[in-house]
Amino acid sequence: MTERTVTRAQLSEAVYQEVGLSRNESADLLELVLNEITDALARGEAVKISSFGSFSIRSKGQRIGRNPKTGEEVPILPRRVLVFRASQLLKNRINAGLAKAAVRGKKQT
Amino acid sequence: MTKSELIARLAELNPHLYQRDVERIVTTIFDEIAAALARGDRVELRGFGAFSVKKRDARQGRNPRTGAAVDVSEKAVPFFKTGKQLRERLNTSQ
Repeated sequence: MTERTVTRAQLSEAVYQEVGLSRNESADLLELVLNEITDALARGEAVKISSFGSFSIRSKGQRIGRNPKTGEEVPILPRRVLVFRASQLLKNRINAGLAKAAVRGKKQT
Repeated sequence: MTKSELIARLAELNPHLYQRDVERIVTTIFDEIAAALARGDRVELRGFGAFSVKKRDARQGRNPRTGAAVDVSEKAVPFFKTGKQLRERLNTSQ
């Protein structure tokens, strides 16, 4: 299976095809969606997209890390990290896709 | 923020759009990401993050209650890596 990379271009093209706004406006709306999610997360709010998954913020305390090259101890400052949890539906969809790809692979051999 | 709150917010910012169009926009975006992952593709949104699929090999697991060995078949799990700009945003605006 060759892995391809989907970017903003394909997502805004899909919005264009599906909703019938101009290409420009479709791209702007995609950007707006990402910005609104980013703003909510920056406020420390979790973002839950039903049937897709949820993004939440976890605060990490300070700990001692080590520079792997020099072995030197460096403090890792307290920070906030983003955690994405896929919904069960998304997980199932991905595994159904995996099974389909496996069947295709078998047919070819 | 939930999906419906996101839709309401976008509708408020775009009064010229019908609410149902805003709904379709949001649904289409996440559906397209899900479809790409189901094909085994990566989705890279610079500044936001990247979604990818990681394969987990089949393994022998254990029923934690009974201790009985069970076969866990190969599976794929979605993974999200936070983009650089988003990571910085999370740690600057307090």
